[in-house]
Amino acid sequence: MRTVLDPTGERRAPERPLLPRPASLQGRSVGLLDISKARGDVVLDRLAELLGEHGATVRRYRKPTFARVAPVDLRQEITEHCEVVIEALAD
Amino acid sequence: MSAVPSGTPARADPVRCGPGTDRRGAGAPGPGGAGQLPDGLVAVVKRDCPTCVLVEPVLRGLGAAVWCQDDPTWFDHDDTALELSYRLDVETVPTLLRIEDGVETARTVGWSREQWEALTGVAGLGEGLPEHRPGCGSLSVDPARIDALEARYGGSGLASRRIELADLEDEHEALFDRGWTDGLPVVPPTPERVLRMLRGTTRDPGEVVAVVPPDLVPCTVEKVAVNAVLAGCLPEYLPVVLAALEAACAEEFALHGVLATTHFAGPVVVVNGPVAARIGMNSGVNALGQGNRANATIGRALQLVVRNVGGGRPGEVDRATLGNPGKTTFCFAERERDSPFAPLAADRGVPGDAVTVFAGSGVQPVVDQLSRDAGSLARSFAACLRVNAHPKLPMAFDAMLVVSPEHGRVLREAGWDRARLLAELDGLLRLPAGELARGAGGMAEGLPPGVAADEVPKFRPGGLLMTHAGGDAGLFSAIVGGWVGGEMGSTPVTREVRA
Repeated sequence: MRTVLDPTGERRAPERPLLPRPASLQGRSVGLLDISKARGDVVLDRLAELLGEHGATVRRYRKPTFARVAPVDLRQEITEHCEVVIEALAD
Repeated sequence: MSAVPSGTPARADPVRCGPGTDRRGAGAPGPGGAGQLPDGLVAVVKRDCPTCVLVEPVLRGLGAAVWCQDDPTWFDHDDTALELSYRLDVETVPTLLRIEDGVETARTVGWSREQWEALTGVAGLGEGLPEHRPGCGSLSVDPARIDALEARYGGSGLASRRIELADLEDEHEALFDRGWTDGLPVVPPTPERVLRMLRGTTRDPGEVVAVVPPDLVPCTVEKVAVNAVLAGCLPEYLPVVLAALEAACAEEFALHGVLATTHFAGPVVVVNGPVAARIGMNSGVNALGQGNRANATIGRALQLVVRNVGGGRPGEVDRATLGNPGKTTFCFAERERDSPFAPLAADRGVPGDAVTVFAGSGVQPVVDQLSRDAGSLARSFAACLRVNAHPKLPMAFDAMLVVSPEHGRVLREAGWDRARLLAELDGLLRLPAGELARGAGGMAEGLPPGVAADEVPKFRPGGLLMTHAGGDAGLFSAIVGGWVGGEMGSTPVTREVRA
């Protein structure tokens, strides 16, 4: 029998289920998070238009830089004000 | 060297061989049957020791209970597993003890008629023997055995989960199967190897070195040691690995982003100070290449910590489109001898033993075999640096210029240090805004209209590092392209290497 020591952090990140998908966006508050990648605004501008047509209230947010995780305050703000979030990654 | 881990009482707790601690095979007689030493005289000897052989008749005459370390047939008791010797902290054989109510009340080592008579209360011991004869080293303090004994009997203090590999498992395949490797075989991190690795530092195994992204897991010195074993490090490399991890996990290095990006980058480790030569690092021929154990395994250990402790694995949080070969390991020492520059770390405020981590993306050759004056060489450097990431993208991506000794000589003879070369390159790398605009030169990539003034510097302030490394021959230098630099991305970080 050979014994080795576990090289991992011996943790498992908690898995949280996604919220149920809303049946309609009518009257919902939808957050659009721009992560500051080039041209991310292009897709988010168009999404905002389309969401508005579906009766959603659009809130726009922006990470200071795509290179780092979103600041805690920003995450908190989005959590408090939005029911649905769309994050734009793309170049 | 002590046979007992620091902090573990040795003589103060003479009944550590009490019930439940005797793990020898069922056939081996445990000390005292009930796991306690028998009252009376107890000795530990080694047949290979001339002094032990000398005192054999004395011990038999005294009726002592004798454990032998190397020959189970010599006396009644067998300590070839060295458990009793280890638990009793025996450093010299013969060791003679007096036990009362299971507790050690007196001890002497080697042979001394006077001391043996005092301990035993028997006069006229060892007739014909010399008055005094020093003993020999106990096998339980043999450097080749101590780590295994400590791991087996020492209550080693190791906190990591122990995993038993099944007898039929190939140990190397078992480590692959558990997802602990970077694609190459690793050294199995047995408790004794990890204990040996921890001897490379004076830091407490439980000390938290850094909080490692992406899972933000507090990582102890012990966990770093486990991964350093996996990587193939020697114990003397551990302080450099610890410093590299501290640097890479500093907030401004933005390791989460370096890992998660689709870009190529990974941590590049540059080592400065006497520690580099002391542990045998390569700063010379093939400094950025293969073949040196310290260079190869220190960089690898850092990446394995990120993988195993932080949870940063390719295809999961690591989303690199292509990556680069240096993401397995990229670590070298700066060639401080005959360098035109002050040591990189010293220039960054940390003199002496230190590491600098840089988010780097592979090696781009710079070939200039004709420049013999510094101005010409600087223009070559500038021309090659201009294309870093893309010729039309300024102020975004950092770079590290690795100047070779033959190029370094040109700078040194001109009296150019790092600041002078940086100033020259800054002047040469001011790019006309018109050439950078989107669409200019028939290339869509570039700056959006209206953001650039007349001229734009290629590099942000602090975005170009310079170091000196390589073999004596070759008018070649290297550019290690960087990731997004500064507050928008990663800032290079320098940290002291502590023992």
